[in-house]
Amino acid sequence: MKYLLLLIFLLPVCAVGAEPEYVLVIQNHKFEPTEIKIPAGKKIKLQIQNKDSTPEEFHSDDLKREKIILGNKTAFVHLGPLSPGRYKFMGEFHESTAQGVVVVE
Amino acid sequence: MFSTAVIIFREVLEAALIIGIVAAATRTVPGRNYWLTAGVLSGLLGAGIVAFFASNIADRAGGMGQELFNAIVLGLAVVMLAWHNIWMSSHGAELAKNARSVGVAISDGRSECSVLLVIVGLAVLREGSEATLFLYGIAASEGAGAIPMLTGGLAGLLVGVVVGYALYAGLLRVPMRWFFAATGMLILFLAAGMASRSAHFLIQADLLPSLAAPVWDTSALLSQQSMFGTLLHILVGYEDKPAGMQLIFYVSALIVISLGMKWAGRPRNVDKKMVSA
Repeated sequence: MKYLLLLIFLLPVCAVGAEPEYVLVIQNHKFEPTEIKIPAGKKIKLQIQNKDSTPEEFHSDDLKREKIILGNKTAFVHLGPLSPGRYKFMGEFHESTAQGVVVVE
Repeated sequence: MFSTAVIIFREVLEAALIIGIVAAATRTVPGRNYWLTAGVLSGLLGAGIVAFFASNIADRAGGMGQELFNAIVLGLAVVMLAWHNIWMSSHGAELAKNARSVGVAISDGRSECSVLLVIVGLAVLREGSEATLFLYGIAASEGAGAIPMLTGGLAGLLVGVVVGYALYAGLLRVPMRWFFAATGMLILFLAAGMASRSAHFLIQADLLPSLAAPVWDTSALLSQQSMFGTLLHILVGYEDKPAGMQLIFYVSALIVISLGMKWAGRPRNVDKKMVSA
């Protein structure tokens, strides 16, 4: 419990480092853009706007990220530092249409 | 319909396997079924509540509430599993021998039972809240077309439960003299895997550094998305691309719980020696 409180208190400290932000939109169970280019070896912040009324789960086994974004909500996912390559992601709740890739250069 | 079944199956599988292991491990604890059922029911109720307040939770901690929530639930589960294992190393032997004084066994077993309830409840809560959000999305957007998809969800649920039950039934076939060592081992690695995943969520929330990510990449050898990879991921915390911080959490949990089990197991023998002397 103490550890947890410590973590919560540390939150504002961690939030200081300004990372470049990239925007990803979910609409009609599709990602826009479907390809996001980010620099290698740097931490970035991905802003995901869900413009559908239903929840979606941003899921990537390559990036090791999973986050639910509720309907008409915006959420953030921290990425990196990553080595160059292509990292696929998808919307787990609508896998057939919601597909995208992060290209690290 | 099939994709719905797969998604629900994935969510259910983890909880089902955890319940299967814990149910087997506590086979000799009196009143176990009652507590298991209570655990599942409170987990389902909790899942509904968490899904309902999902938006509220998500907005906490600077938008990282979901990660923090998952990390906390996993962390709690690790503590409870550790407690169970340590408790079992000091009391398991008596329970296995069908403790002569039933009264002692029951009063002793009661605290173990509440731990059982929490472990099962947390497993159902975490996976159940995601499944609830997913099914809600379907019901809200598909209208009448939602019926086949919900049927798929039910099918996924059933298959998940069957796999969990198969693990339980398989474990019960392990001979009694190895049984508690076997379930103890399973729970030890289950807990370590959860600790590693708790670290994963804290990394995702940017609360912890990843420390060299990935440490190794075995996704070509055994992908974490493959059936076997998924099973290993749930059961022993297998990661095809782990972060350094996850390894630290994993190994620390292994060491701390093992030491606790050793420590809890030892004084008992000393007591017995003193009594027999």
